[in-house]
Amino acid sequence: MSVSETTQERVAPIRPTQGPVAWARANLFSTWYNSLLTLLIAYLLARAIPGIIDWALIKANWTGDAAACRAAGGACWAFLAEKWRFILFGTFPDDQHWRPTLAILTMIGTLVLSADRRFWGRPLIYIWTVGLGFSALMMFGGILGLDYVPTELWGGLPLTLALSIVGLVASFPLGVLLALGRTSDLPVMRGLSVVYIELVRGVPLISILFMASVMLPLFLPAGVSIDKVLRALIGICLFSAAYVAEVVRAGLQAIPKGQVEAAKALGLGYWQRQRLIILPQALALVIPPLVNSFIASFKDTSLVIVIGLLDLLSTAKAALTDPAWRGFYKEAYLFVGIIYFLFCYALSRYSRHLETVLGQGRRR
Amino acid sequence: MTDRQATAKVAAAPPGPAAFHLSINNPTVRAILAQLGVGLAVALVAWYLVGNTMDNLARLSIASGFGFLDRQAGFQIGETLIEFGPQDLYSEAFLVGILNTLKVSGVGILLATILGVVLGIARLSSNWLVARIAAFYVETVRNIPLLLQLFLWYGLLTEGLPGPRQAFEPLPGVFLSNRGLKLPAPADDPIWAWVAALFGLGVILTLVIAGWNAKRQAATGKRLSMLPFGLGLIVGLPLLALLAGGGGAIDVPVLQGFNFRGGMTLSPEFAALLFGLVIYTAAFIGEIVRSGILAVPRGQTEAATALGLTRGQLLRLVVLPQALRVIIPPTTNQYLNLTKNSSLAVTIGYPDFVSIANTTINQTGQAVEGVLSIMAAYLVISLSLSFLMNWYNSRVALVER
Repeated sequence: MSVSETTQERVAPIRPTQGPVAWARANLFSTWYNSLLTLLIAYLLARAIPGIIDWALIKANWTGDAAACRAAGGACWAFLAEKWRFILFGTFPDDQHWRPTLAILTMIGTLVLSADRRFWGRPLIYIWTVGLGFSALMMFGGILGLDYVPTELWGGLPLTLALSIVGLVASFPLGVLLALGRTSDLPVMRGLSVVYIELVRGVPLISILFMASVMLPLFLPAGVSIDKVLRALIGICLFSAAYVAEVVRAGLQAIPKGQVEAAKALGLGYWQRQRLIILPQALALVIPPLVNSFIASFKDTSLVIVIGLLDLLSTAKAALTDPAWRGFYKEAYLFVGIIYFLFCYALSRYSRHLETVLGQGRRR
Repeated sequence: MTDRQATAKVAAAPPGPAAFHLSINNPTVRAILAQLGVGLAVALVAWYLVGNTMDNLARLSIASGFGFLDRQAGFQIGETLIEFGPQDLYSEAFLVGILNTLKVSGVGILLATILGVVLGIARLSSNWLVARIAAFYVETVRNIPLLLQLFLWYGLLTEGLPGPRQAFEPLPGVFLSNRGLKLPAPADDPIWAWVAALFGLGVILTLVIAGWNAKRQAATGKRLSMLPFGLGLIVGLPLLALLAGGGGAIDVPVLQGFNFRGGMTLSPEFAALLFGLVIYTAAFIGEIVRSGILAVPRGQTEAATALGLTRGQLLRLVVLPQALRVIIPPTTNQYLNLTKNSSLAVTIGYPDFVSIANTTINQTGQAVEGVLSIMAAYLVISLSLSFLMNWYNSRVALVER
């Protein structure tokens, strides 16, 4: 037996470490059960995908009426072509649809600008004042030659955006106060905050919305009535404040005690300490989870359907009640679902991005 | 030296308790005043609101109090776990609602946990296809409102399915039609008493053998694999009894005329609500499980492998106990969310507690009492569930010395 022979025996066959085959071997067929799973999934996908393509594209009907759609048997995109304006804008007067469109774009623009960290701080206040003010002007009208549109006629995407954005902004101060109360040394403040937060977090949003819609009118003196949208907004604010409070509390608890002590040593009073030392640090820590609770509240606004508001999901549902276009629920929900998904997915990606960017300074 | 003396002097400065100055600048006085102020303000607002409510109720001549609970409800409920008819009382209707809420939440929590764990593990799979599909599922489901998903499921289960005659049969004995999901169910047969008894016997025997096995391991270091014993005794014994009893023990639904007979029915409402809740919550639980597993340091796995533990032992004895500590608290929140989200049943017509309370509000006009009962019911459920989970959490929590 020569030396060269043994060496040849020992050398393993060279396997490619790059290229599609190697990739598939490592990621799809690494063990017997992985191979089995891969084949099973490939089979299921091969069964499902042609059917979906068939439904969404090949047999789909893009124009025409409901009868043509039913004859074709696929997706009825003609339904959306007919109803998209109603789904997006609800009962807002038809000839005025440019106004909610501008309001939607302004609100999205406001969100996009606030995502840029260069504007954080004072510019953000100006951006939000201008953005919300202009959106409100577009939606309400009444001045500058625009017709006044009461909130009963609002609906669709602008209503969903308004409820979630205004809900967040309005619930924020209450949430911060509750968080400060819960971490306070004073038993009365702590007790009240704990009871409020736990009470609200223990019940479903639907019950708070019912309360806002049927009990709020009873709470007010006789003769005073408030608008349905405002009632929903109050309910959403009271609800999200409890969740914002818990997020902010996590931030407050993450601030080292030394910060409070140092601030006290400098002679700062309670509110000065919170405003100048504690809250700026605590709020910066909890921006990513705050974005997450905004996502949750954006999805939760769809519940206003139970008190009869026409938000984006309710308009889709209402569009389906048209007797001429019954039964195209898949198309309607797909359309609305994609809109919700785009907003929430963009926000959650942003939240994850912030987590890495803001975490860089704290990681070693 | 002088420094230290100075410090000692300062420390010794206050002689006994500090003199109490009744001044607005005294922190204690300020604290008491502030608390009094806030307490008073809250009490005033509450008094104002309650006063207004009383006036309004009197003006609209709406009765108040929970007296309506003893009156006849006068409405029919589609799905009940206990007998209920229109001549029964509102209090019984409430009970039916609570039981329905508990039914859908209980089954939902169980299924969402199973699906969530599978998803969490799938996202960490070394199989690219499995990991991508799990990620796609989680991202899609988490970013679409639950209510929309419920509407879609309800649409699919009512309008999207054929009648009983053309029902889908995905598994033998399981029928999916617009009348709901039909499943085989245990029939009314004495054999089930035997099955239950043998199941209990199997559990007891397994525990005895496990105790003996642990003692033996402590004494000799050798360990028998428990899996064949456990499986054989707990599953095998009852199965044997079932097989011995013949096929009469299971009631399989059969098509008769225009509908099914026998078996167990999940109504379209219940099925849509259950699917929606399970699929939505499982996506969140999956993410929690994934982060819990990732939170176990790699060194733990390596050390366990170095000790010669098998893969199963590694998971059971090292990874899982540590991952559970991270997983349980946020999972509790998801269970609570699922229970609270089950109130969305009102939008698709499943008679849960909120939906029955809503009907009651519409019939009696007693909105305050109705909303208060909803809140009270969910508070009790939430608090009991979090109490239960906290107890479990304290059992798996890290015991520090």
